Amino acid sequence: MTAPLLEIRNATKIYGGGLLERTPPVVALQDLNLTLPASPAQIVTIAGESGSGKSTLASLVLGFAELSSGQILFKGTDVTRMTAAQKKVYRRHVQAVFQDPYAVYNPYYRVRHVFDLVIRNFGLTHDQAEADAMIEQALSVVGLQSQEILDKYPHQLSGGQRQRMMIARAYLLKPNLIVADEPVSMVDASLRALILDIMQRLRDASGISFLYITHDLSTAYQISDEMIVLYQGRVAERGSTVKIIQEPNHPYVQQLIASIPVPDPDERWASEVVLPSDEALRAQIQSGCRYAPRCPFKMDRCTAAQPPLIRVGDNHQVACYLYDEQASIPRAVEATSSWQP
Amino acid sequence: MTMEHSPNGAKKTQVVLAVRDLSVHYPTPDGDVIAVNHVSFDIYKGELLGLIGESGCGKTTTALAILRLLQPPGEIAGGALVLNGTTDLAHLHATQLRQVRWRDVALIPQGAMNSLNPVMRVRDQISDSIRAHESRRISNSEMRERVSKLLRLVGLPERVEQLYPHELSGGMKQRVCIAMAIALNPSLVVADEPTSALDVIVQRVVAQNLLDIKNRLGVSILLIGHDMGLMAQLADRIAVMYAGNLVEIAPARAVLKEPLHPYTQLLIEAVPSIKERKPLQVTEGLTHDLRYPPPGCIFQARCPFVMDKCRRVRPPLQVVKPNHQVACHLYNAME
Amino acid sequence: MAAITADPTTPAAKARRHSARWNSPWLNAKLLLGLGILLLIASTEFIGPFFVAPKLAIIGSSPTNVVPVWVTNYDKRQGFKPPNPEYPLGTESKGRDMLAVILVGTPRTLRVGLIGAGIGILVGIALGFLAGFNGGWIDSSISTLADVMLTIPGLAVLVVIASYATELEIVNMGAIMALFAWPLPTRVVRAQVLSMRERGFIQMAQLSGTSNFDIMFREIMPNLLPYLAASFTESVALVILATIGVETLGLGPTRIPTLGMTINNALQSTAIYRGMYWWWGPPIVMLIFIFVGLFLMTVGLDEIANPRLRQVRRQ
Repeated sequence: MTAPLLEIRNATKIYGGGLLERTPPVVALQDLNLTLPASPAQIVTIAGESGSGKSTLASLVLGFAELSSGQILFKGTDVTRMTAAQKKVYRRHVQAVFQDPYAVYNPYYRVRHVFDLVIRNFGLTHDQAEADAMIEQALSVVGLQSQEILDKYPHQLSGGQRQRMMIARAYLLKPNLIVADEPVSMVDASLRALILDIMQRLRDASGISFLYITHDLSTAYQISDEMIVLYQGRVAERGSTVKIIQEPNHPYVQQLIASIPVPDPDERWASEVVLPSDEALRAQIQSGCRYAPRCPFKMDRCTAAQPPLIRVGDNHQVACYLYDEQASIPRAVEATSSWQP
Repeated sequence: MTMEHSPNGAKKTQVVLAVRDLSVHYPTPDGDVIAVNHVSFDIYKGELLGLIGESGCGKTTTALAILRLLQPPGEIAGGALVLNGTTDLAHLHATQLRQVRWRDVALIPQGAMNSLNPVMRVRDQISDSIRAHESRRISNSEMRERVSKLLRLVGLPERVEQLYPHELSGGMKQRVCIAMAIALNPSLVVADEPTSALDVIVQRVVAQNLLDIKNRLGVSILLIGHDMGLMAQLADRIAVMYAGNLVEIAPARAVLKEPLHPYTQLLIEAVPSIKERKPLQVTEGLTHDLRYPPPGCIFQARCPFVMDKCRRVRPPLQVVKPNHQVACHLYNAME
Repeated sequence: MAAITADPTTPAAKARRHSARWNSPWLNAKLLLGLGILLLIASTEFIGPFFVAPKLAIIGSSPTNVVPVWVTNYDKRQGFKPPNPEYPLGTESKGRDMLAVILVGTPRTLRVGLIGAGIGILVGIALGFLAGFNGGWIDSSISTLADVMLTIPGLAVLVVIASYATELEIVNMGAIMALFAWPLPTRVVRAQVLSMRERGFIQMAQLSGTSNFDIMFREIMPNLLPYLAASFTESVALVILATIGVETLGLGPTRIPTLGMTINNALQSTAIYRGMYWWWGPPIVMLIFIFVGLFLMTVGLDEIANPRLRQVRRQ
């Protein structure tokens, strides 16, 4: 059995709170477990709002931040213990597409530069003609034509074109995994489907897995199979995307889905939502469920200890004491049993 | 001009703002960028008109033009903005504008919550904006009362008034901006993407609050956005813009249930469903240079129903059904 | 997938494109004017000898105290000699032709400025990048050092150094000036690097396997060129100012005339009292031109670097 592509074990990231810091520590991510198999390729959604820790996870996986505790294993090797050569392989196989399609381009160079950098630094080829052919092919995969695009400056292209170019750039390396951090949130609504479609095609035709990080559950519903919903650094609900969306169990996820504005005047928001005052929201809870201050079903035990992940169905788990009647699975098992092919 | 019906069916309710043939140009060395191209619509008393479109469609430019806040080199190239039937905002000069701004028309600009003064407490910012536009002197006690009332209106606890912006969450900051906008009881509030940067649940709270204010104060709201879902929740009528042109305007239900313009249909289909999984509707996004709009219909490059006429003749915005205007050759004007 | 445009071959479209070329941000009026002034001044190095023999700038090469050509009325009691078209700007009390002095001294002053600012900007780029990109203790130490240097009164230290040096060559002067010229570019570069470092394309470059060195000099630096140029011209002005200051106090080269030393000579010989404005006047006028030119260039480059400062010209 081949080692899984990516294994995240009890990943925890805490910012600040050192000996000399005045502000209390912020737990950006707590004990996250995630396993991506080498095959088949999947689109896994990490869903959450601001402060959920989803961007922190992206930084950790991409090597821009270091874990406070826990491990990240790439094809069986711990990333913190990699040699320089192994790190280069890691970089090659774990690429990214970011949210802002403009900021990722160096305004001094023509857009071709993003390809040249990759070809040069990873030594994909030394032959100019071969490089041109590779770029041409990568562009065709995302539906762009090289002669119209390559010689332009970033500000001369539309947001959708720039984002597609970024996907083409990642594709050039034939990575195993692309971390897509809000890839369509800054793209026009009518062009989002185009980019999401490219992601699906890359998964099916090229075997590239995606870690799709987003706050938009609707797009996640359309393209991903597995999902983890984060709330303030902890997993609220995880499992099959379809199941979570169709039968959300966690009160937070229920609230989230109910608040998505549906373009149907007959489906207006049912009731008014009132958020508790900010103090309650910002209280640094040292123990207990992070959602408790806002939860309409709060019980005493909720503030006592963080609820474990409880199995509520096949490939469906919730971190909520409301579901404690059913058998809860000890932690060690959950890391491997969550993803059923 | 066309006969307009108010949202509740009565004929010709009071028109708060009549935008007539508005055009906004941005001169560049390569020619003028036509950001807004002969756009006309009315806003009625007490309604929320949603102006929707994607990036570059001119909706923000329209909002800025109404408030006469266009940054040079942008300028109003033509048209009228008649407020309450009497004043043409487009032709006022600076001192007259000061009378009108905030008292009759207010703006919640894009990213307003990031533009709050970081070194002033909330109550000082609100009282500042009131004092700047109120003609008479207001005593401190009266000001305190007004600030409290405003905070209550936007659903914020009273103790917020002494906080600094960095102590507030995104949703709270945005509600402070809304409070500032309604402080002088204007007839019209122009809200440019007021919820775009907010989390989904907070967005709902702020949006519901906006609706609540509209109902309680009877203020008209021009809501600018790009989210059809949000428009469905909030708008009485929806106006759709594409590349500087107004292509469809009708009551929200009509636009969402029977969209006539192909672009409106595209926008609605593009909203990913949270109800069912279906194959993605992929469309190409063709761009045209805003300096050189093609002759004929502005949407010809992307329209699945394009005809020969579309490439030659620009379709006028006309009434094709009761209360429903569309700029498209597919439809004939209602007799 | 092609963009739809109106016909780009019409005469109107062609005219628009033509005028577009003339609207390039580099064709900034202030920059060009400043550059023009400085090139004119710099040309004295090469063209000067065609008009006036440089040897006329040496002591005793010409009759003393000749008044300039335009003077009709002069005070014979002071020992002034009548105007002579051979010495259009007159001569001074040691027999140096003023025109020759200007034409010989000006390029020297420029040279000091260029050397001092040149060294300063190179050091500034190196240290500024190191500090801005790496952060941590490297940044703290470099920044503290730069701040300390900025607060030390440069002129006072330069006076001390210059008074100990027996005879200062232009190149040496420039090098000494560089000692105080580097902190400002360092701070400017550091600030720019700090803000650039957070930009998305830096993360992208890292993801693309780019080395730190390449990121600094191939990704960040090209975007900083206008800032660097503005910082350079600013430094040139400051170095020249410091040099003039030191020379006016009499601590510059004595064998070859420079603008500052000429002013010093004039002061020593009470030229002001004697009304010999053609002695101290021309160097000052020259300096004014130099500073105006440099200032215009700095402002022009600043405008190029910061697009928000630019004004858009209407068709």
